Amino acid sequence: MNNSKIKSKKESNKELKNNTIKSVLHLIGKHKIHAALSLLFALLTVAFTLYVPILTGKSIDYMIEGDTDWKNIKKIIITIAVLVVLTIILQWIMNVINTKMTYAVVKDIRAKAIRKLQNVPLSYLDTQTQGDLVSRVIADVDQFADGLLLGFAQFFTGVMTIIGTLLFMISINIKITLVVVLVTPLSFFVASFISKKTYSMFTKATLKRGEQTGFIDEMIGNLKVVKAYTHEDEAIKQFDKLNDDLAKYSLKALFYSSLTNPSTRFVNGLVYAGVGVFGAILIVTTGGVGLTVGQLSSFLSYANQYTKPFNEISSVITELQNAIACAQRIFEFLEAPEIEKDLPDAITLSEAKGDVTFDDVSFSYLPEQRLIEHFNLDVKAGSRIAIVGPTGCGKTTLINLLMRFYDPVEGRILIDGHENNHITMQSLRHSFGMVLQETWLKNATVRENIAMGKPDATDEEIIAAAKAAHSHSFIKRLPKGYDTLIGEELGGLSQGQKQLLSITRVMLCLPPMLILDEATSSIDTITERRIQKAFLKLMEGRTSFVVAHRLSTIKESDVILVMKDGNVIEQGSHDELIVQKGFYYNLYNSQFN
Amino acid sequence: MNKVLGQLKFYRKEAVLAPLFKLLEATFELFVPLVMAAIVDNGIATGNKAYILKQGLLLIFLGVIGLCASLTAQFFAAKAAVGVATRLRHEMFSHIQSFSFTDIDRIGTSTLITRITSDINQVQNGVNMVLRLLLRSPFIVGGACIMALLIDVKASLIFLIIIPALTIVVCVIMKITIPLYKKVQMRLDELTGNTRENVAGVRVIRAFNNEQIQVNEFDANNEALSSIQVFVGKISGLMNPLTYLIVNAGIAVLIYKGALYIDSGRLTQGQVIALINYMSQILVELIKLANLIVTVTKAVACANRVEEVFNVTTDDLPDRANIKETTDNPDEFKVKESENDDKYIEFENVCLTYEGSSDEALSDISFSVKKGQTVGIIGGTGCGKTSLVHLIPGFYKATKGTVRIGGVDVKQWNMEKLREKVGIVMQKAVLFSGTIKENLLWGSDDNTDRQLWEWLDISQSKEFVEGKNGQLEASVNAGGKNFSGGQRQRLTIARALARKPQILILDDSSSALDYATDAKLRTQINALENMTVFIVSQRTSSISNADMIIVLDDGKIAGIGKHEELLDTCPLYKEIHMTQVSDIG
Repeated sequence: MNNSKIKSKKESNKELKNNTIKSVLHLIGKHKIHAALSLLFALLTVAFTLYVPILTGKSIDYMIEGDTDWKNIKKIIITIAVLVVLTIILQWIMNVINTKMTYAVVKDIRAKAIRKLQNVPLSYLDTQTQGDLVSRVIADVDQFADGLLLGFAQFFTGVMTIIGTLLFMISINIKITLVVVLVTPLSFFVASFISKKTYSMFTKATLKRGEQTGFIDEMIGNLKVVKAYTHEDEAIKQFDKLNDDLAKYSLKALFYSSLTNPSTRFVNGLVYAGVGVFGAILIVTTGGVGLTVGQLSSFLSYANQYTKPFNEISSVITELQNAIACAQRIFEFLEAPEIEKDLPDAITLSEAKGDVTFDDVSFSYLPEQRLIEHFNLDVKAGSRIAIVGPTGCGKTTLINLLMRFYDPVEGRILIDGHENNHITMQSLRHSFGMVLQETWLKNATVRENIAMGKPDATDEEIIAAAKAAHSHSFIKRLPKGYDTLIGEELGGLSQGQKQLLSITRVMLCLPPMLILDEATSSIDTITERRIQKAFLKLMEGRTSFVVAHRLSTIKESDVILVMKDGNVIEQGSHDELIVQKGFYYNLYNSQFN
Repeated sequence: MNKVLGQLKFYRKEAVLAPLFKLLEATFELFVPLVMAAIVDNGIATGNKAYILKQGLLLIFLGVIGLCASLTAQFFAAKAAVGVATRLRHEMFSHIQSFSFTDIDRIGTSTLITRITSDINQVQNGVNMVLRLLLRSPFIVGGACIMALLIDVKASLIFLIIIPALTIVVCVIMKITIPLYKKVQMRLDELTGNTRENVAGVRVIRAFNNEQIQVNEFDANNEALSSIQVFVGKISGLMNPLTYLIVNAGIAVLIYKGALYIDSGRLTQGQVIALINYMSQILVELIKLANLIVTVTKAVACANRVEEVFNVTTDDLPDRANIKETTDNPDEFKVKESENDDKYIEFENVCLTYEGSSDEALSDISFSVKKGQTVGIIGGTGCGKTSLVHLIPGFYKATKGTVRIGGVDVKQWNMEKLREKVGIVMQKAVLFSGTIKENLLWGSDDNTDRQLWEWLDISQSKEFVEGKNGQLEASVNAGGKNFSGGQRQRLTIARALARKPQILILDDSSSALDYATDAKLRTQINALENMTVFIVSQRTSSISNADMIIVLDDGKIAGIGKHEELLDTCPLYKEIHMTQVSDIG
């Protein structure tokens, strides 16, 4: 049974590979003519290049002391000149075609990937790490391009060169060709022996390197903590241990990998010597009938370059395998399921009133893990809903459902009486203004960041929104004011200032419904209080959902939902809940003890 | 480059032997065409089979010796390259450990990580390739030329034209493409940033229906990258055709001259074959050399980036002039410390301006703290609370004024000694991969398991640690990702306590805790004796019991005193308090 399992796994792997290759071919399909031209030119280039040594050899046979055949030598020189010029033109055109084709495919894939990224469900993205996704779109695509497209060109040229060389050699003399062919297996043997050794050492070195990089990430990424705890010497000690291990494996890996060139050069030397000796003897024994000196020189030219294509092919093959693995990862992402398109009868919510109903909603991220079950809630337009509860209780999940980042497993959510999956996604989200605890700012100017929800906003509108959100004064003090570039990682802004900017974004859009997820958690209480006033004004007549752990900020809400372990355990106004003396009562009182 | 080359000193033997053996191999290789010429001219011409076989054996012999020489060279090259990289990594890691907080802010940790990992790898590659090829390729090119001239000067004059021509072509193309490759890399980095932004900000992007805008931005960058890549490709694609053209022009000339000289009896066929052979050898080596130059330029760029890190001179050390005081006479502190219990920690007209900033983060701060007191620090976002407490363990040095701990200027303290006294819990709760116990032992190695449980109890982490599989031995992922924010905060508090510090600094470290847990935590910490505690907070409730509260406003002290006093004297404090209390009703 185990066996059959393994087998089926192998088969499915193979199937995956085949699918990948199909997808790749499909991508190249667009460039069919170019691909065909490229292959044709490669073929011609190889043929011309290989024909030159034959001409050179012939010319040598025409060179005889006192009896040189000038007419033929001139003919040969002219032919060589023509062939060379043709070759370089074809070669350059081929290079350009290959480059263009490769980067066009790369651009295509990346363009597809970015569109995909906007269309995959969050349930997919939340299970991926950021680094992994980024490396699929960037590094994998690069490796794929290098390996599969340029690599294929090299592979094709290599194979053609080998076949061409053999054909040309046979056309001159079969016996000497045999000498060359007999040495060939040796070259394969050496190459595969070295690559096996190298591979296993590289794997070990890579593992160690990964371990060390992880360690460096932690210790240098958090250097301030290391220093605060005077952990420097300890860290250096641990680092050195990893470093020494890495050195051991790296040395072996590097040495084995550098064996390839000398070894193949040696094999090449053997071929060269073999051809030289057998050729010379053949000339002597047949008196120049079986082989001429010029032909011998052509042979020697071939012998000199003989192992080069083998070398190239074997290095390209590993690259090709890598490239296929990369392509697999790319297509896995490109073929990920997408969010459902708006239903054909979906309505556009233009001026939402703000009635929100949860009708028997059940939801969980993982099927085996229950979270929200049979949840009912009726929110009248314009009311304020506060959600409180300990971390991990499902507060954020409700937001995910409202914004349709996730859809309920069972039950319905209604906005103004319409099921939310019968509303166009764009208009639904446009109706909500969201400020999350984890602020995100894009790599752009302050102005562009504020205007995300309303790209056509005027400067006056933006400044008014900033004033309302109490961000105007600090923005003014930035080096270039509203035109200052900010970045996700650039820093410069405190967490609180970032939160102020995300609040400004919402202030600019004035959507009919608001979602504030710990929107002011990093802002000091004075500013918070001022923003609260602005929020209160904003929330007037707007349905709002507020998540907070500072209970003082939510006391005046119309309904407070107390959540625990995914369930709403208490529900009511502040006064009602205090009277109940339940979980909320305890939570509320705990902040004053 | 100095630091990098300096490491090579430790591998002087390898660095000399590797190229030397390479030259040996190259020399043998240069003899091959001559031997072949002898076979043609002597062996074939006279029909001497024994001679041919003898020369054949000579060829194989040259090959074997060449192989041995080259393997030896590869080994030494690899050894020197790996050795240099290993030493560099060690030196750099140690050097980085000595950086001050200001250095870390200025340089940024992510670039440090790239430099110690991939940049040093590139240097390793560069050293390896240089030792193997930098001498070999020019040697073969020059050697082939000399050998050709030795055969016949007049026939070989063409070599003197071909070699400079080839060199010019290779140099010009590289000169154009190398800066372009840098541009490609820049564009690629931009695209990477773009992609990362889209993944990280997916919720906000979708919430604001910004998908199309993001796609358009990406497309523009994607197009720019692609077009510059194609452009570089077109230029670098000229290299092979042009060199091929030049070499074959040379061969055509050789054929013509060869024919001329053979006709006049000046040259033999074997010699002409040898000349053509040398010409092909030059082509092969020049292309290798071009690839080598690309690798080396990359490696040099990386080596310079590595060097930059070493050029950072750090100020995280006591002032040179005063080192004597701290190292020669350690007892002096003890005296001072015990004498100055009343002014255990003292700030005197302290100002702090961060590097690269024009405004003062702290201005004219003066106060003193008795040993064992609890100090609360409160104020708005960005008012300098964290900056103030970071001066105590000397993370940053006051730009004006003096901070004294135990009566001694922080600038004169031995940093290690000073930081051993301080347990600090930073705003961002960071744990390291390993076990819970290993993380706690960061505080200090001399904690027993029982003590560790005590710290866990005080920091309100006992309950959830008991629930973990393995308890103290439960594993912690990098960054503490397998713990919630609140749990991480409490564990970092336990880690600070495990340091058994004389000064405990809690920098807004209960922000992720609910009120009940926060209150319990504070009560237990208050009960600890002989510990001077700083609590940075935004809630007055967290610090109302402190012996002293410092109210900061835009880097200046707006009030100092006890809770009740401040309510009377400090309008700002009163406002903060009222905003938090009035809601309570």
